[in-house]
Amino acid sequence: MNAILPTRRGLLATAAGFGLSLQLMAVPAMAADGQLNKRKMIVVICRGGMDGLSVAPPIGDGEYQGLRGALALNDALPLDGTFALHPQLTAVYALAKAGEARIVPAVATPDRARSHFEAQDVLETGAAGVYSTTSGWLNRAVETLSTHRKVEALSVGPTAPLILRGRVQTASWSPGRSVDAEARLPLLLQDLYRNDPLLGPALARGLATETMAKDATAGLQGPQPMAMGGGKAGAQQGREAARTLGASLAGFMREPGGPTVAAISLDGFDSHANQAGLLTGRLAYLDAVLDGIHTGLGPEWTNTVVVVATEFGRTARVNGTGGTDHGTASTALLLGGALKPGGIVGDWPTLRSQALYENRDVAPTLDMRGLFKGVLAEHMGVDRAALDKGVFPESAAARPVGGLV
Amino acid sequence: MALADQDMRAAIAVTRFGLGAKPGELNEARRDPQGFLRGQIRSSGADQPGQTASSAQRMAEFRDYQREKREERLEKVSNVRPAAGEAAMTDAAAAKAPPARDPVKVVGRMLRDNVGADFTARVQLAADTDAAFRERWALFWANHFTVSATKAITGTVIGPFEAEAIRPNIFGRFDDLLGAAETHPAMLTYLDQIQSIGPDSPAATFMKRGGQRGVGASLQPVALQRRTVGLNENLAREIMELHTVGVNGGYNQADVTEFARAMTGLSIGGERDAAYGQAVFREQAHEPGTRMVMGVRYDQHGKAQTSAILSDLAAKPQTARFVCAKIARHFVADDPPPALVARLEAAWTGSRGDLAKVAEALVSAPEAWNPRPEKFKTPYEFVVSSYRAAGAEPQAIQAVAPILTSLGQKPFSAPSPKGWPEDAQSWAAPDAIVKRMQFAQAFSGGAVRDRDPKVLAAEALGERLSPQTATAIARAESRPEGFALLLMSPEFQRR
Repeated sequence: MNAILPTRRGLLATAAGFGLSLQLMAVPAMAADGQLNKRKMIVVICRGGMDGLSVAPPIGDGEYQGLRGALALNDALPLDGTFALHPQLTAVYALAKAGEARIVPAVATPDRARSHFEAQDVLETGAAGVYSTTSGWLNRAVETLSTHRKVEALSVGPTAPLILRGRVQTASWSPGRSVDAEARLPLLLQDLYRNDPLLGPALARGLATETMAKDATAGLQGPQPMAMGGGKAGAQQGREAARTLGASLAGFMREPGGPTVAAISLDGFDSHANQAGLLTGRLAYLDAVLDGIHTGLGPEWTNTVVVVATEFGRTARVNGTGGTDHGTASTALLLGGALKPGGIVGDWPTLRSQALYENRDVAPTLDMRGLFKGVLAEHMGVDRAALDKGVFPESAAARPVGGLV
Repeated sequence: MALADQDMRAAIAVTRFGLGAKPGELNEARRDPQGFLRGQIRSSGADQPGQTASSAQRMAEFRDYQREKREERLEKVSNVRPAAGEAAMTDAAAAKAPPARDPVKVVGRMLRDNVGADFTARVQLAADTDAAFRERWALFWANHFTVSATKAITGTVIGPFEAEAIRPNIFGRFDDLLGAAETHPAMLTYLDQIQSIGPDSPAATFMKRGGQRGVGASLQPVALQRRTVGLNENLAREIMELHTVGVNGGYNQADVTEFARAMTGLSIGGERDAAYGQAVFREQAHEPGTRMVMGVRYDQHGKAQTSAILSDLAAKPQTARFVCAKIARHFVADDPPPALVARLEAAWTGSRGDLAKVAEALVSAPEAWNPRPEKFKTPYEFVVSSYRAAGAEPQAIQAVAPILTSLGQKPFSAPSPKGWPEDAQSWAAPDAIVKRMQFAQAFSGGAVRDRDPKVLAAEALGERLSPQTATAIARAESRPEGFALLLMSPEFQRR
């Protein structure tokens, strides 16, 4: 396993030997333009403050058992001497063993308010602080790329996530009955909307996506993601629906002229009480979505990087109700066939009480923007100057993480 | 800003401030559009959507449901125990047992039906009411104090929560509304307050001691020995961030933790209490001592401490600013005129948070009557206004739940304590427009009946009906097509 996931210490030692921090080690390697056209990037947002210490529990950290008490995982899937993955993340684990998934265990946005809504805004706008911009960084990245090549972007879900809102009209899709774009009503409405700056482009794009959906989701007959029953059968149905959702997203990305950039968001990670049960369900769902994306992309997986991120992590200690409260750094996941195999991304600050942020949370060692910038720069070929200014305003200090692809 | 004439003002009154026009409503509003709205403000609060059980009854029903489930699980466990020879017989016996009387399923269905009925009654009220501004004002506050069905138990008490805590208080003092909402069993459950225990309270001390004395404690896994008893700061944080002063309201993490300590003891009655499912205060779980929240000392004892902090939060100027900006965003524009917000804030401050005065200031504000419709309807508003335009109401939850769910506004299921978003960007995604169109098409077939869609359009939009839409409807090849064009027209989609 060491060949696939070099130990953290090994990597850190190498980096230290050169007098460099880990994220600056690699020199961006630009692929030929023809290759760039195939590159795909998917951002999965887990809303509610996903607990990094549950996603990738640092079971080898001496403080972990003590801090986590009843929430400490004893059946986690070991990655290296320190880290493991939550037992529900089986598909992610298989990818990690194959060198196609890595963890980023102490990453945070620049926001420190521990407010879901403020932190999600900062996560999605890519700004240095809240309320400074109203468009999403992924939309601005697409805008930048669009000056060189045709780039389509898609969000999956009934509402448009902030990360993809902005000047570039992007597509959105959620499961439902199919539409005949050639029927009378859509044609009449397109005429009625021709001077409407909001509804006109939105309907046109929606109809185009519906046309593509017929091919993209052909052969996928899982249950609707919204059909969620209770109990074990419900959980199984939920996982199947999640896999179908991921596979549908992948289906769009495989279509000729389909999106190469996509975003999807999953709710429900706010685990103030009964965290163990809640996260078992949510992480199984996340795992199934990622599995659906992986299998659905087929050969295109090798051109893809998926980033899974949340607005903040949670308290290192368990609260009074079997859960955790709002914290700071959390764990992000990187997946994809385009990923360079390696150990953890960023440093691990440890859980020693002096190392905790405000004696409470996992301390951030990496700026979330640096992670996103690393993928955009090396994988998608976004220009560094654009990343530092337009895509992530005033972010020059948050340097792109190198060596990811 | 152009000044609107009387007909345009009537159209604005019923679409922007109300829930869309019912046939005949524009005529009612035309005489005095502002007075039409002002007349809907009343001290007794909002209308109640039919009869609903109390939240305590619903909590008790939920407890029974869980009990049935537990018993069923135990039975299953005892059924798989028999030796191999008996197992076949058990299977055969099970196959013969009548299938329909499964108590878990029966009770589970009843709970779901209750929630569906609560929601349906609310949509029916909205579709039918003559006082739609009053209902919209109630919906605003229900969303401000969101309780969402993200936990199974909270779903069953959202209807009672709105009936008991929100609707009676929407035209009273904000302080009273705040107190009623934050201490209601539904909110205490939704934001995890009920198990929050003061770390130095008698209850915590007792539990810690008990754990150490326990027989065989040393044999238990570390995890169990260290079972934590203590605070949960969820409710404290969201009260400050979402319900009162707002995220930039000048509090920090220490204030959140102190407020959470003060609120320990607020809980709901359990099996051993007289009042099952009702709000109770557990002195034993309350963190003793004086608290400092936002620079103020609170040395009250027991639940008086929470009341004092809530009252102070309600009275803060940051709260007036934060909530008034939200009212302006909800009713008038995603980016509302600062003059409007200032006007609402002045009414709030001048009346010490009298919400009737704030509502009057809203309908009197010239900035709120700009003829240009800035707001894009949320799915709920779109569906309700479609029923109103048709002069109809939904008969069952199945008529509204699928479309609301597919548009991202599943009944009683706001994605977070922040409630439903209010802005066009959230709701006008390409996929959502396509799904609205599908709804309009399916709905129109049954809704238009033998009526002329041109007349219905004039009844629904009045002066706001554009020549382009009127022409498109006049040219429609069928009545349903004409009505669907009305529902999907740019002016009907906005308000």
